[in-house]
Amino acid sequence: MRRDAMLFLALGVFLLAIAVWQQIPTTLFMLVTASAYALIALGLNVQWGYAGLFNFGVMGFLMVGGVAVTFVSYPINEAFWASDGPFMLFKALLAAIFGGVLVYLATNSQRFGIKGKLRTFLIVVSWATAYIVYRSQIDPAARLIEDEAGFIGGLGLPVVLGWLFGGVLAGAIAYIVGRICLGLRTDYLAIATIGISEIIRALVKNMDWFTRGTLTVSPLPWPTPSPADIVASGLEDATMSTVLARVGFLSLTVLMIAVIFYFLQKAYEGPWGRMMRAIRDNNVSATAIGKNVTKRELEVFILGSILMGIGGAILASFSQILDPSGYQPINHTFIVWVMIIVGGAGNNYGALFGGVFIYIVWTVSEPASVLLFGYISDFSEGAGIGAIPNIESRALQMRVFVLGLVITFALRYFPQGVIPERIRTEK
Amino acid sequence: MMNELIFFFNKVIVSGAVLGSVYALGAVGITLIFGILRFAHFAHGDMMTMGAFVAFVLASIASALGISTFWPTGFIVLPFAMVITAGLALGIDRTFYQPLRAKGVKPVTLLIASIGVTLMIQGLIRLFGGVQTRSFFENESKQLFRFDVSWLGASRTVNVSEPQLLLIAVTVIAVVALHFFLTRSRLGKGMRAMADNPSLALVSGINTNQVVRATWIIAGSLAAMAGTMLALDVILKPDLAFNIVLPIFAAAIVGGLGQAYGAIAGGLIIGFAETMSVFNWAIMLRPFRDNLPEWVPNDLSIVPTEYKLTVAFVILVVVLLVRPTGIFKGVSS
Amino acid sequence: MSLLEVKDVHGGYGGAPILNGVNMSIDKEDVGVIVGPNGAGKSTTLKAIFGLLEVTDGSILLEGTEVANMQADKLVPMGLGFVPQEFNVFTSMSVHENLEMGAYIRRDDFSDTIASIYDMFPPLKEKRKQNAGELSGGQRQMVAMGRALMSQPKLLLLDEPSAGLSPRYMMEIFETVVNINQAGVGILMVEQNARQALEFASKGFVLANGKNRFTGTGRELLDDPEVARSFLGG
Repeated sequence: MRRDAMLFLALGVFLLAIAVWQQIPTTLFMLVTASAYALIALGLNVQWGYAGLFNFGVMGFLMVGGVAVTFVSYPINEAFWASDGPFMLFKALLAAIFGGVLVYLATNSQRFGIKGKLRTFLIVVSWATAYIVYRSQIDPAARLIEDEAGFIGGLGLPVVLGWLFGGVLAGAIAYIVGRICLGLRTDYLAIATIGISEIIRALVKNMDWFTRGTLTVSPLPWPTPSPADIVASGLEDATMSTVLARVGFLSLTVLMIAVIFYFLQKAYEGPWGRMMRAIRDNNVSATAIGKNVTKRELEVFILGSILMGIGGAILASFSQILDPSGYQPINHTFIVWVMIIVGGAGNNYGALFGGVFIYIVWTVSEPASVLLFGYISDFSEGAGIGAIPNIESRALQMRVFVLGLVITFALRYFPQGVIPERIRTEK
Repeated sequence: MMNELIFFFNKVIVSGAVLGSVYALGAVGITLIFGILRFAHFAHGDMMTMGAFVAFVLASIASALGISTFWPTGFIVLPFAMVITAGLALGIDRTFYQPLRAKGVKPVTLLIASIGVTLMIQGLIRLFGGVQTRSFFENESKQLFRFDVSWLGASRTVNVSEPQLLLIAVTVIAVVALHFFLTRSRLGKGMRAMADNPSLALVSGINTNQVVRATWIIAGSLAAMAGTMLALDVILKPDLAFNIVLPIFAAAIVGGLGQAYGAIAGGLIIGFAETMSVFNWAIMLRPFRDNLPEWVPNDLSIVPTEYKLTVAFVILVVVLLVRPTGIFKGVSS
Repeated sequence: MSLLEVKDVHGGYGGAPILNGVNMSIDKEDVGVIVGPNGAGKSTTLKAIFGLLEVTDGSILLEGTEVANMQADKLVPMGLGFVPQEFNVFTSMSVHENLEMGAYIRRDDFSDTIASIYDMFPPLKEKRKQNAGELSGGQRQMVAMGRALMSQPKLLLLDEPSAGLSPRYMMEIFETVVNINQAGVGILMVEQNARQALEFASKGFVLANGKNRFTGTGRELLDDPEVARSFLGG
């Protein structure tokens, strides 16, 4: 425990140094984003650290959170509600429900005595029919909305509600994904989750009527007073108002993390956590003692995904923009894994530490590597070799390499992370 | 009617065979690595890109030396690129995977490590190569063959580019060579034995380290082949193959992980499924357009083009649900 | 110098000791049979000899050379063959290919050896193109033994070769084992059918709790009333 305290203390000192170098507003900006990532890392820690579930689709859940908060909190688009759009979408919804019923009936046709090949045939036909019926309704609706109103806009509801909705939506998708994939062996689960997050990305990028696709949606509202609100209320100093606004946002996220962390820790130390670890460490014996393993794993998968959805929603709110093309596996999936691996899988303190530390390092490594490459370039120019072309973009790529190196290095030399899981004597 | 069929042939059969060949070559590597080392090698896509970059560098050197032949230079240097990439694959294994294997880690850890390797390769390629796209045909022209099929009563021609023909040809050669290697050679049989039953292979005296090396050499050189031919056909860019690593995995899983022939079949299945699902089937109805009812839409493609890559994944999910071992029964472990 | 000398071997998986001092000595004329209750360390002893589990103490000498903790693929060229109890054939490969895999270490022409294996197990010749996974249990056992003999071992380790076989097949397998021995291959095998196996054993080892409890010729052990009472079921 003392070592952990020292690590967090060191992190604090590191943050102070960053604040001196990068100024306070930038540091605060990083801290808010880092807090969102800490929440996401906690979510992945629940899935991977607690239960050994392999989720390489973190990005997909972050996108779901971003879309959810945009839909809930973005101002109402009058043009959409005045058009035929809502009615047509309602028809598309009916079509989807009709399709769902059709598929459900076909899948359960054995109850009517239909079996074997015929049932398979019915299932295929029902899926095809459902797909065609839905497409026949959604396509004209999408075209009309995009032509007449741009996109459907939001509901203009409070931002925090949007965050929660992000969690709920991510959890719902996790339920479906989990039902399909959790029975699979680990490698398949990894590939399947990557695939699902890519499908989500393709959908969010191309459903212009819903997300505006590559056109992006902005500005998303803040849950706390934004810098502009503070200026409007009379504080004219731009830096000061930015700092105040970011401190306000940060207090909200820190409060959320504190509450969530408390409950996660409680659950982890309680019987539920013990059971999860038993399942993770020895699948067979947990089955033998009669616990429904897949059901428990599904719970954990949903819980972790809810946290990711909330984190993704916070990220979108804070950056005030929903930019579907801005989501990349490196920045939104792999880095979260680095946070967990470096921090220490299975330990919430480790996830918290890894989340904040890795995010900050990742972010400041951008100016740092540009600076470093600048020096090398000056040196090589001085040595007569010539300057490095395109320093900036190359310097940024260097970070990707280092990220990969950190993963392989950590796996090999400290696979437990800097704050390892505490193995209690509870046999 | 013939013209529409030729259009279908160009858009679906040719493109599908090209795409399927690339997938098949990549999937064979993934499936062999899985069979022997029991982990999903996620860095395989970037190994393909790396091979293509090696070929590009060699081709640049060759053209700087004034070497120019009837064949595309990128194709001429392919054997050398394959050798170099195989060497790099061996080096990657020795540096990053083998120490982890020696520690006896779970396959999942190796999968995570392969993601680290992916990031390293991506970073290095962009660090040295930049982010721009490049063409193998800056100084040469890409030949397009137009086969006149007027004897079939069509005014359209069957269009295939030189790289596409070469790609299909080298894929066929590679598959036949692989078949003979696996069924006739001592090492190839040893490889099948180790994929079948690793501990029995060990007690039979099969040199498992040698088999592992052979696996990386085959996987690496096939990856270079697939990457280079893909870059010749389309364009060389840093995310050339990272974008298709998912369909390649889908191909390997659909074919049954560990099954070399399955991977080839899986690659072709996924390739054709993608081109068929984005094909606008309304074109096939064009000859009958005067007799068609009003409500038949102009666009009858199964999915919009921007969802092409998700087709592979839908097939993957269906296969995982219906027949998790793949079409050909895969390795169970 | 004996063919195989096992001296006071200790070992186990990942720190949990299973063997606590096993001793045995086998010459090339010997058929050694290891018997004992479940969990006594019988199969584990074979695995320890074959480098498949860590030997923490003691020594294993093959023709005077220390081979403890040596990797399996090094032991085969030194003249050691192993027939595991389960998963002992390459199911996706043909019978012929299974035999070829047994000869993996040989760079000379081994067609004579294959022919002699087919003579020893005539059913295999008929099915040589069939996948080993499609064979019956007894035929699989033949493939497994044939595979191990392909490397022309000096010493053959067999882990319960009669497990799961009908009594008729068991006797056939035992006869084959004796024949192999008479051709000059030392045998060390683990057997559940202790009585039948000790009948033809030149050396018998009764293990309990990872240690030798009784050692002697097969006959001596069969005649020892205590062995009979405690380990052979009366």
